[in-house]
Amino acid sequence: MIASLYWSFTKYNIPSSPKWVGLLNYKFMFTTDPFFWVAVRNTIWIIVVGLPVRILFGIVTALLLTRKRRGVNVYRTAYFLPTMAPVVAATLAFAYILNPEFGPVNVLLRKIGVQDPPLWFFSPQWSKPGLVLLGLWGVGDAMIIFLAGFLDVPRHLYEAADIEGANRWNKFRHVSLPMVSPVIFFEVVTGIIFGFQYFAQAYVVANVSSGGGIGDPQNSTLFYSVELYSQGFINFKMGYASAMAWVLLIITLLCTIAIIRGSRRWVHYQGGAFLR
Amino acid sequence: MTIAPRPVDWKVGVASAPGVIHSSAAEVTPRPLPEKVRRRRKLQTTVSHLLLLAFALLFIAPMVFIVLSSLMSDSQVLSADFWPRPFQWGNYPDVWHTIPLGLYYWNTTQIAVMSTIGIVLSSIPVAYALARMRWKGRQVVFVIVLTTLMLPYQVTVVPLYVWFSKIHWIPSFKPLIVPNYLGDAFSIFLLRQFFMSVPEDLADAARVDGASHWQIMTRIMVPLSKSAIAAIALFQFLYNWNDFFGPLLFVGDNPKLWTLSIGLDAFRGQHHVEYNLIMAAAVMFMIPVIILFFLAQRVFIEGVTLTGSKE
Repeated sequence: MIASLYWSFTKYNIPSSPKWVGLLNYKFMFTTDPFFWVAVRNTIWIIVVGLPVRILFGIVTALLLTRKRRGVNVYRTAYFLPTMAPVVAATLAFAYILNPEFGPVNVLLRKIGVQDPPLWFFSPQWSKPGLVLLGLWGVGDAMIIFLAGFLDVPRHLYEAADIEGANRWNKFRHVSLPMVSPVIFFEVVTGIIFGFQYFAQAYVVANVSSGGGIGDPQNSTLFYSVELYSQGFINFKMGYASAMAWVLLIITLLCTIAIIRGSRRWVHYQGGAFLR
Repeated sequence: MTIAPRPVDWKVGVASAPGVIHSSAAEVTPRPLPEKVRRRRKLQTTVSHLLLLAFALLFIAPMVFIVLSSLMSDSQVLSADFWPRPFQWGNYPDVWHTIPLGLYYWNTTQIAVMSTIGIVLSSIPVAYALARMRWKGRQVVFVIVLTTLMLPYQVTVVPLYVWFSKIHWIPSFKPLIVPNYLGDAFSIFLLRQFFMSVPEDLADAARVDGASHWQIMTRIMVPLSKSAIAAIALFQFLYNWNDFFGPLLFVGDNPKLWTLSIGLDAFRGQHHVEYNLIMAAAVMFMIPVIILFFLAQRVFIEGVTLTGSKE
């Protein structure tokens, strides 16, 4: 870590040795590097759009699976199964399924009368929504945690709400939701951390897309981690990559602190506070 | 933060089932529900069953498409067809003979197994020390572990890469395996929470009998935490089996050391449009993990529940 901090102030292009350049890396990053801000924007997009959609979808599917019904275990297995698919395999599969021309999704869309179905990974506008869909397919990990949360809500709380004459929505809004808010909070925090580290899906999808290089199509999948990888391990600018890593660390920390602060208003802990 | 280790019964289903009245019909005959209520309930059940089914289709459909397209001919896979005509089973042997899939399986298995062993062996003592031993700086070390959990790997990967290349470990499996023998923040955190929940008196009783920390750990804690340890082993195995970034960085230059992830991505690079073959390769990559999932479903779900953030 210390080495990384030191190198962030150096020009260190492997195989030459590090040379002190002060704040030059940081200055270049914020003012000159055209790709840095693109990467930041894309990363923010995937967090601000992708994460809430994913959490919402996780809650909805978990709610569906909460009640004891015939065959509920079969459903749980079916919903969770895609989460097991290795990232590279799942991403390649989606590249095929969302192929604009012969992928099943667009074939179906055309059959039901959509004239110009999205170009998905072949268009800069639709590549990120395509990645969001891929994330929804593998929602199982979040879903299973929400499911555990919902199953954990004490029965008597619902009974009390029944006596008060609450309807289904009220019970969800005022009993279930506050009770699982710590779980939602956990998912938000980890979601943001992983959002900044979003790599494999973007890297694989960019190779399959039109253009076929890092960040394609047209830099729409150039996420922070992808840019860091290409600076550090393709261009071998270790000093610059270290500086990017440190900016990332600070952003992540700030976000996490901000969310923990803000969470006091909406996260309900049965036992008391977040930290004992 | 306390995590209550609480198995969710995956097979039976709901932990808190609605109160079922156990009584024979001879004693009490429940008042039949009004027709209106009954009809409404029936409608609600039907609607939610339909919803469940619709979502299940959405989740399973991509899997079905992948398998179907892996059995199509080169030209059919590029058409709008859904159903292979005829089923071209030869795609699978084709892929097997085109790329050294057996080698990739072997490489991936080696890395995943060795890493998992390392993480389990190294994380148990650290977690035990954090949970059950009183020593100065214990809290500080725990906070450091938590911080590493949040640390983006990009921050450490640059120095690690430079260092590994200096000691000539790139390309080799060593950078992917050896660091795991120094413990893993996530596993330490999870195990620590689990050890904390084991009743103190068990260890006290053993201590009265003259047991050392080592004995308490190996004879009491580990047997009592089998499910948590199994969960960690499974998570780590999967993580290392599926990992892409690590192998890309450390063995990407030497095709003899490629893992399934890297091999599949490279295979895609050589066969741009032969999606049938790419999908066949993807299926072969997925099969072991899916078998593992069905074998260890229970452990897996319990494990996920354990991490369930009761903070």
